[in-house]
Amino acid sequence: MSLTDTGTPDDLAGRRSSGDDRRRPGFTERLLAVRELSLLLALGALVLVTTLRNDRFLSGQSVKDLLLGCAILVILAVGQTLVIVTRNVDLSVGSILGLVAFCTGSLFLAAPGLPWPVALLLGVALGALCGAVNGGLIAVAKVPALVITLGTLYAFRGIDYYWAAGRQINAADMPRSFLRLGNQTVLGVPVLFLIAVVVVAVVGYYLRAYRGGRELYAIGSEPAAARLSGIPVGRRVFAVFVASGALAGLAGVLYAARFGTLDAAAGTGLELQVVAAAVVGGVAIFGGSGSAYGAALGAVLLTTIGSSLAVLRIDPFWQQAVVGALILAAIGLDRLLALRTAARLRGRSARGA
Amino acid sequence: MSPDSPGADRAPLLVLEGVTKSFGAVAALRGVHLALHPGEAHALVGENGAGKSTLVKILAGAHAPDAGRLALDGRPLELRGPADARAAGIAVIYQEPTLFPDLSVAENIFMGRQPLRGLRRIDTAAMNRDAARLFARLGVRIDPTRPARGLSIADQQLVEIAKALSFDARILVMDEPTAALSGVEVERLFGVARSLCERGAAVLFISHRFDEVFDLCQRITVLRDGAWVSTDRTSDLTVDAVVRRMVGRDVSSLYPKQDAPLRDTLLEVRGLGRAGVFSDVSFTVRGGEIVALAGLVGAGRSEVARAVFGVDRYDAGEVRVAGEPLPAGSPRRAIAAGLALVPEDRRQQGLVMELSVERNATLARRRALSRLGLLVGGAERVEAQRWTRRLQVKTSRLSAAVATLSGGNQQKVVLAKWLATEPRILIIDEPTRGIDVGTKAEVHRLLSQLANEGLAILMISSELPEVLGMADRVLVMHEGRMVRELSRAEADETSVMFAATGQGAAA
Amino acid sequence: MAHDSLYAAPPSAGTDTEQTAGRLTGLRAAFGSWDAAVVAALVLAVLVAGVSVQNFATGRNVQFLLLDLVPLALLALPMTLIVVTGEIDLSVASTVGLCSTLMGQLWLSSGLSLELICVLVVLLGGVLGAVNGLFVTGFGLPSLAVTIGTLALYRGLSFVVLGDQAVADFPASWTAAAVRNIPGTPIPAAVLPVLLLALVFGVVLHATTTGRALYAMGNNDQAATFAGVSVARTKFWLFVASGAVCGLVGVFWTLRYASARGDNATGLELTVVTAVLLGGVSIFGGRGALLGVVAGVLLLGVLRNALQLADVDANALTIVTGALLIASVVLPNAVADLRARLHRRRQRANPVAP
Repeated sequence: MSLTDTGTPDDLAGRRSSGDDRRRPGFTERLLAVRELSLLLALGALVLVTTLRNDRFLSGQSVKDLLLGCAILVILAVGQTLVIVTRNVDLSVGSILGLVAFCTGSLFLAAPGLPWPVALLLGVALGALCGAVNGGLIAVAKVPALVITLGTLYAFRGIDYYWAAGRQINAADMPRSFLRLGNQTVLGVPVLFLIAVVVVAVVGYYLRAYRGGRELYAIGSEPAAARLSGIPVGRRVFAVFVASGALAGLAGVLYAARFGTLDAAAGTGLELQVVAAAVVGGVAIFGGSGSAYGAALGAVLLTTIGSSLAVLRIDPFWQQAVVGALILAAIGLDRLLALRTAARLRGRSARGA
Repeated sequence: MSPDSPGADRAPLLVLEGVTKSFGAVAALRGVHLALHPGEAHALVGENGAGKSTLVKILAGAHAPDAGRLALDGRPLELRGPADARAAGIAVIYQEPTLFPDLSVAENIFMGRQPLRGLRRIDTAAMNRDAARLFARLGVRIDPTRPARGLSIADQQLVEIAKALSFDARILVMDEPTAALSGVEVERLFGVARSLCERGAAVLFISHRFDEVFDLCQRITVLRDGAWVSTDRTSDLTVDAVVRRMVGRDVSSLYPKQDAPLRDTLLEVRGLGRAGVFSDVSFTVRGGEIVALAGLVGAGRSEVARAVFGVDRYDAGEVRVAGEPLPAGSPRRAIAAGLALVPEDRRQQGLVMELSVERNATLARRRALSRLGLLVGGAERVEAQRWTRRLQVKTSRLSAAVATLSGGNQQKVVLAKWLATEPRILIIDEPTRGIDVGTKAEVHRLLSQLANEGLAILMISSELPEVLGMADRVLVMHEGRMVRELSRAEADETSVMFAATGQGAAA
Repeated sequence: MAHDSLYAAPPSAGTDTEQTAGRLTGLRAAFGSWDAAVVAALVLAVLVAGVSVQNFATGRNVQFLLLDLVPLALLALPMTLIVVTGEIDLSVASTVGLCSTLMGQLWLSSGLSLELICVLVVLLGGVLGAVNGLFVTGFGLPSLAVTIGTLALYRGLSFVVLGDQAVADFPASWTAAAVRNIPGTPIPAAVLPVLLLALVFGVVLHATTTGRALYAMGNNDQAATFAGVSVARTKFWLFVASGAVCGLVGVFWTLRYASARGDNATGLELTVVTAVLLGGVSIFGGRGALLGVVAGVLLLGVLRNALQLADVDANALTIVTGALLIASVVLPNAVADLRARLHRRRQRANPVAP
């Protein structure tokens, strides 16, 4: 039995029998429709061009830096995917990351002997708590998550600053074992990146192959219909925010492990990069479609663009502009494909009638 | 059906007793009772606004009744949400399908009940197979792996039916499922409903098509104004008797169109076409004339109206108003040329529900009321007062949000809004949908009066008596084409129905 | 066989409407008084701060308070109109930044007069806004996603223009003029154009045909289209107006701080949105008034200023911004919910006779 939902002989046969007079989508159209594939192609092209200009781009150290650099963004982008798929958005992830990172540092300051897995769990728990605050407020206020998480973006960051009160935490304040987590590699692959891969795999597979995951798509696709089919929309949305918060908490702990030096400003402005990664990765901003894999690839692509600009000796100031242009291109492309698909499907049923 | 059908004497499966539901000050249901017997199809009929849809929503668990009891198998049943209704074996097919456009057809059918394999993962292959099997049982070809987005209404309805079939419902509620289906599809649906009945399920069928009601159902319950009127064996009833109970008065008096002198041609549509929607539509409307545009839902009538008015674009043909060509794609120019369109969907297209009566009534006329673009000195209030008074809109104050008005009064506000623009041509789409009988008569009187004053009126209506009573001429559309034009004398139920179902063209 | 009603499935539209009606009136009651509540909160904040915070009620502080608020107030004006139509523009701060660096670059290298440069920058802001407008109305994309994209794009471009350099050698007469007071008062002259623009935007929103159209399309763009409103065109020009105001703010910001830098006004977009929502504009569109927004801007400014004077860390002040924003959306709903619940309970106590 095949793991994918597109390739089983049974349903291919079904399609063939019913598809006699139906126009098949063109090759490029299908290629573009599988967003993960086109992202991989773009990523490959980018790496290829950069390597041709400077072959050290693919050297061990450079790749390691790249993987290390994208791990945190990948984790956040996966969390954001869960939220956006349900037609919501979580702008507070950067602040949650900052708060948890600083909290982790302070924790080690207060209890130097603490084993790092405990710190990790506590960080995730704090993130989940922040997410629960988001989810709870959204449930009470019944306003778009955009507004609430914009508010908590400020509030969590403010708490962070209030608590830090100008202090900085240095690598020396944290146990070695913890800092090693941030830089260690297994077979040349950074542990941080492996953690990110596990998160992507778990969330991506859950979204695709579990009832709970599919219900999230249902909610984002048509909330009213979701309610009528008995999906507990409020509970699911709440859970999604808790999950997003927990992942931001995880990212915060990893951020502390990786950078060692922490102040209250950690992760400022990260939320927009995260949303950008998800959108570039093909997660429709109005819910109902997209995958965690795509969002993760979007995050990798954004990070890679940053590094290759440096290698290509392009003014690093272009990076942000390129990110912006990519977002516009990604949503524009989605729109175009949606219009073409709609036209094709309409033509189909008109002929079928 | 014979009176001694198998389920006739068995104990009822589902019982509603004294069910009452109000929305704000409006009572939608007042002490309704209903008993559904196993193995029987039960029809629920009543005019628009009689409370049928509310009753359906209560059965679906979407609304909780204010008072009254539900019982299943003699045990009290409390539905706290749609999930409870499902768990109780109640499947509902709504008039408007509720699908997830981004998900595949198979997922739409099995959402929340997908077949699983190891580790509680969804077995996609099995799900697609099961969906294909359901469609085979329905005798239709829909690719289970395609997204629901872009399905025609009829196909969407079929997906809903497959969904209901998929969980072996003990009680199947069908809220006007046949509106968009062709004759063959209806037959197939009835076949499925009958086979469910044979297996001991109960069917509640809501329809405006009496031939279908009498064909499928063993009992008929009539609702009027939210209250129960009667429940009888189908064999004891005639169509006339049912209609009398539904309306509670003489039907013909509702449609008082008087003959008005015909004037010049005001609206002329030639060869209008829009790819995949309608093609080669031509007609004229003269001043003083009411022309009805009839046809099945989905025949393209509203789409023609929208294109003429400029809300949608068209690919071919032209529209002339009093001989002058009307530029396409601009409602603003259409309004300036003297066109008005009272749209089909009052809530989505006709009104801005959260704005006041005053703002709504003057929205289309705000330019004419302004001085140098400024709206000052209560010009809007005066204008709104003039029209709401003429149409007798019942509202506490003009600043009240339109959402607080009853359906009939809302429709009057829409009419006021368009009449305030002093149009020469009025296109009115389903003028009396969802409003009470009294207001219906008022609207009809008004249309007749307006025609008398020289307006050209194009009326789209799905209610045959309205078409026959009001129209000087009837144009019938079928699948995007104008198939028949009938004079007042030629038009009767049979001729319109024949043309609308595509048989008239051959005749 | 007679048919009463033949083929269609007319949905009964009445009932659902009636159902929402009760909830809406509750909301309206809460919102109708929202302007007043914000104004009252503002007065209270000023009084408390004036009495209890040292140096709050001094001329110098008033000057700084108002100067600080000029960019926020200016940006909030077009944002109010945009949010009323149900859209949003998150790119405003980046547009300000790009306009500021362009002003610096033009001053540095073009040799044009500063007057001409200012005009050019405002026009340019309009063009940047038009890009947003084109994506939103021309291509039919959600403004939230588009303006997150241009937020990054414009900020990136503003770094491309000047790198991490700053242009600071603007003529002293200009930079002094930007902070000069109205003679004899502690009020900066820059407040006057803000008031003028507030008046213009207020009149447009509340007393013109365009304003009526904005509310209509914010509530229901289909119904607005049917009533002859050119929804796309109106929204396009709103984004252009927003961009042009950003250009103006860019000029002011550059002169006030005598510095054109790539990171000017970073993060301001969120404060602007906060002020607008705090002012009672519904994020769903279709509801809100300019007076409330102006009061919201002032309230935000006064609170932050007073707390800063009271030695609260400037960065920690974001708690206040966040809390105000959340309170402004949670409170009206919570109140409406509570009322509805009480109403239901009362109804259940005396059920209507069937």
